[in-house]
Amino acid sequence: MTGTLLKIEGLTKAYPGVVANDSVSFEIKYGEVHALLGENGAGKSTLVKMIYGLVKPDSGTMLMNGAPFAPPEPRAARASGVAMVFQHFSLFDALNVAENIALGMEQPPAMRDLAEKIRTVSEDYGLPLDPYKTVGDLSAGERQRVEIIRCLLQDPKLLIMDEPTSVLTPQEVEILFETLRKLTAEGVAILYISHKLEEIRALCDAATILRLGKNVGTCIPAETSARDMAELMVGTELQTPKSAGAALGDVVLDISGLSIPSPSAFGTPLRNIHLRLRSGEVLGIGGVAGNGQDELLLALSGEIRTAHDAVKLKGEPIGQLAPNARRMRGLLTAPEERLGHAAAPNMSLTENALLTGNTRRGLSSRGFLKWAKARSFAEEIIEKFDVRTPGPDNAARSLSGGNLQKFVIGREVLQDPDVLIVNQPTWGVDASAAASIRQAILDLAAGGTAVIVISQDLDELMEVADNFAALNEGRLTETRPTQGLTIDEIGLMMGGAHGMEVAHV
Amino acid sequence: MDLSAINPALLIASLLVAATPILLAGIGELVVERAGVLNLGVEGMMITGAICGFMATIITGSPALGFVFAAIGGAALSFLFALLTQYALANQVASGLALTLFGLGLSSLLGQDYVGLKPPSTPKLDIPILSDLPFLGTVLFNHDAIVYLGIALVAAVWATLKYTRVGLVLRAVGENHDAAHALGYKVVRIRVLAIMFGGACAGLGGAYISLIRVPQWTEGMTAGAGWIALALVVFASWKPWRVLLGAWLFGGVTVLQLNLQAAGVAIPVEYLSMSPYIITILVLVIMSADKSRAPASLGRIFHASS
Amino acid sequence: MFKLEKRPQPSKAFAYLTPILAIIATMIAGGLLFMALGKNPFEAIRTIFWDPLFGEFAFYYRPQLLVKGGPLILIAIGLSLGFRAGIWNIGAEGQYIVGAICGAGVGLAFYPMEAWYIFPLMITAGAFGGWAWAMIPALLKVKFQTNEILVSLMLVYVAEQLLASMSLGLLKNPDGHGFPGSRNLKDYPSAFNDEIITGSGMHWGVLTAFIAVIFAYILLNRHMLGFSIRLTGEAPRAAKFSSVNPTRLILFCLGMSGALAGLAGMFEVSGPAGQISIDFNTGYGFTAIIVAFLGRLHPVGILFAGLLMALTYIGGEIAQANLGLPAAAIQLFQGMLLFFLLAVDLLTNYSIKRVKTEAL
Repeated sequence: MTGTLLKIEGLTKAYPGVVANDSVSFEIKYGEVHALLGENGAGKSTLVKMIYGLVKPDSGTMLMNGAPFAPPEPRAARASGVAMVFQHFSLFDALNVAENIALGMEQPPAMRDLAEKIRTVSEDYGLPLDPYKTVGDLSAGERQRVEIIRCLLQDPKLLIMDEPTSVLTPQEVEILFETLRKLTAEGVAILYISHKLEEIRALCDAATILRLGKNVGTCIPAETSARDMAELMVGTELQTPKSAGAALGDVVLDISGLSIPSPSAFGTPLRNIHLRLRSGEVLGIGGVAGNGQDELLLALSGEIRTAHDAVKLKGEPIGQLAPNARRMRGLLTAPEERLGHAAAPNMSLTENALLTGNTRRGLSSRGFLKWAKARSFAEEIIEKFDVRTPGPDNAARSLSGGNLQKFVIGREVLQDPDVLIVNQPTWGVDASAAASIRQAILDLAAGGTAVIVISQDLDELMEVADNFAALNEGRLTETRPTQGLTIDEIGLMMGGAHGMEVAHV
Repeated sequence: MDLSAINPALLIASLLVAATPILLAGIGELVVERAGVLNLGVEGMMITGAICGFMATIITGSPALGFVFAAIGGAALSFLFALLTQYALANQVASGLALTLFGLGLSSLLGQDYVGLKPPSTPKLDIPILSDLPFLGTVLFNHDAIVYLGIALVAAVWATLKYTRVGLVLRAVGENHDAAHALGYKVVRIRVLAIMFGGACAGLGGAYISLIRVPQWTEGMTAGAGWIALALVVFASWKPWRVLLGAWLFGGVTVLQLNLQAAGVAIPVEYLSMSPYIITILVLVIMSADKSRAPASLGRIFHASS
Repeated sequence: MFKLEKRPQPSKAFAYLTPILAIIATMIAGGLLFMALGKNPFEAIRTIFWDPLFGEFAFYYRPQLLVKGGPLILIAIGLSLGFRAGIWNIGAEGQYIVGAICGAGVGLAFYPMEAWYIFPLMITAGAFGGWAWAMIPALLKVKFQTNEILVSLMLVYVAEQLLASMSLGLLKNPDGHGFPGSRNLKDYPSAFNDEIITGSGMHWGVLTAFIAVIFAYILLNRHMLGFSIRLTGEAPRAAKFSSVNPTRLILFCLGMSGALAGLAGMFEVSGPAGQISIDFNTGYGFTAIIVAFLGRLHPVGILFAGLLMALTYIGGEIAQANLGLPAAAIQLFQGMLLFFLLAVDLLTNYSIKRVKTEAL
């Protein structure tokens, strides 16, 4: 089948304080892989939510096969042949694969028939699944498979995929692409949302670029350079963070034989982790989500206690110490979850400054709090890190993602750590905030601090890290210098394809 | 002290009777908690059911109608809880307590003129041959309809949760309400219905106490049965058949200590009366380690942000 | 159609406004209730709220405000610390009873000796008794993650049985002609919790309540422990990240609320109540929960809420006597107050927006 499947014209949606989509128009053809490109906050998610019926547009029209298309809810969109795989999976950990898929279908067949169908379809498309396995026990890539199979069982005409490769190793990405190519050969159109330029150039036939809610251009990725697409996305010349490239000092952090069970029911235990970190070094730890990143951070911050000398700071065993004791000795951390873990959403920035700054900044005396000192610490963070907020009395939840992340990282940086560990420092953060955070990390390392950056974003790690290691199923690979490391090597370090098969095309 | 006066057949039969109120309330609360809501107001709903059922029976003369009104009363009260927690997004613990206090007050008020009255009795099952069997007859075939209803309800809930779409959706809502919402399921509506089902069951349980087990109306007569029903759900690890088992256990302890009191055992009455509550604590401790089986969204407030 | 939208900041204005809105809503609903009972709603509201303060016999009733409010405030302060941290002590009634038993027990053990140290010993015993009773759910929670709501509640029923046992057994008055209940402590000067200022209603328990309010205020606003409590309730993961020790917090919050409830019980039994008897406990432990929430878990708020609740008790008694209003109606009224408060509290964090149903 050829011709236009979906035509979008002048779609607009505004929320209090921000216009998410401003008169967006573009077309998707049958059997086409169409990329939707843009930085965080550009409006991609809102746009696809309107196509999927989760959000109603304020104005504009959509035409599916020439007929007006305005789904009031996802069920209607699904009935019209639109299927969506979200970035954050809608899966139920305690239920099995078949039950999860049944929940995503309108009229699911009886369990046994459904299980058979799942087996067949998943094999056909190269994403084999055992219908009776509990979803909570699956890897991130396998969980994505469940979402995809759930869509495929509905015979979609348009498959929307929101940042699908953020949870995949490079090898798994290849397998996914094979599956998608098979689908397009059958006439299914794919709307592929991503900010990963090289992938889009490898896979997509056409790309629409969004910036600040507007469609700033459509292009053919194969004929456009990554740099041109990046500049369309961001609008200005991108500044690449500059590393000072200082010499590395003594070993400050020595982790050996670190093994802990996971605190959560479906988490990943850490198995025998070894690493040595020198002052001034930036170590990047890559890995797809769910391979022990959270657990590693908790073990290093002190929220989980480990064996006494599994973690040594400047020669001193600290495995049994609480977070504040570690802070006192110079080890600071910044967790992934901004709201709820790194910061308390309903508390003010002053109180959040007190949250970790108490020990090293002397914000209390014999238990009694020095609010004035805490306030000025918060003000210092706000000023030095360009945090856009009316003031330190504002609640953490009132800040945008990027600004809150700047505050959270800035709070740790200004405490002058000897070792800093950050988990996903620029996740969900707009480009300029991300760049300033990365620069802050490099500056810190230049000043002698040892930094570990745990991130799913391989581009980021290649940019800031001196050395690279990968976390895979709770195990840490050997550390390799980032200089000269190829994508294939990285992918293998991240665990290759985790037992997946290539599509039987 | 005369232990021989305790008749085993009667003991087991009365165990089933004692178990029924908490069984009913417990299975109702299990459904609510599987949907992800913690309703601590079970005691309030039970006592409301107790007075509504009692009043309806006295006024209409029919125990059957009494039970119907008890269920309605319990469901109506639970609807207030649903409004607070699902629409006004109030804290579930505080709301449940408010419900209990409100229910206790409401029932005391309504029951003012009904103290000391005797309701028409509920007929017991009388199957020709089966009911006359020496041991099994007393134990199994001589009860009123509600006892059997309780057991049937457990079976129904188990089958629904395990095999039907309705049950699957309910479980999904309780596991991950955000995902369920993203998939298009009406989380709030499902939870409100589950809450009202729980209220109706608790109401039935309460009415059983005022209409059959005692049978009379006194202020606060549920005496903590609602709280025991809550403990029961934890004990059962949110599995329906275990609720039945647990109810029999608690019923057994209650009945046994009463029999021991009557038999003149040398332990002071008050200490025997404490035993069901202490056993509840012990059971809770033993089962606490099993936290991983609780529905993942239990007690968390749901607000659709899109 | 209305939609709830989360506010970027919790609204300070509404934080103060919500209790007032709740009270007004309750008065309206209560008025309707009284009408349904065949009483004049305005007369009833006036009798309950106005008369005790400014009516004919106010000089008698006003001290009663402190007598009834004191224990409520004392218990509620303790509860609020735990509630703020998400630690739900629902068994304050039981801790109150055990504190009373211990306090009275120690006092009666000295009878008929008179000495200055008897009363302080009783105070210590009362606090200890309540603390120990609260340690049971605390330790079970720390060691086995057992739900403290159910354990502390079950212990209320156990405590009531204990009270009965004591009234009829160990603490029974040998000169009591066989009637259940202990000796009356009003007749035992060393053990009597007298008014500090005669005629004001302010006995040692009331004074302790005021001290508790000040202590809680300083703790919550100026001390690291108070900050940890607030943080744990707001964001438990952030609290762990901030190095809050959850075990220490649980032991402190439950222990403190138990001790304060025990103190309240001890002051009550050696003062206004006078003796250990089967029906000594009047539900203060549960009403204190309402007081805690009505005061928005804030020490000064609790002070006012406690006095307000005491007012409803006293006014309720007057209404019972003069208007024939049933006692249960007051209990219902208090339950309604909590209901409305919880419902209206929503406005602190969310605003209600009008949403046009769009036609596409």
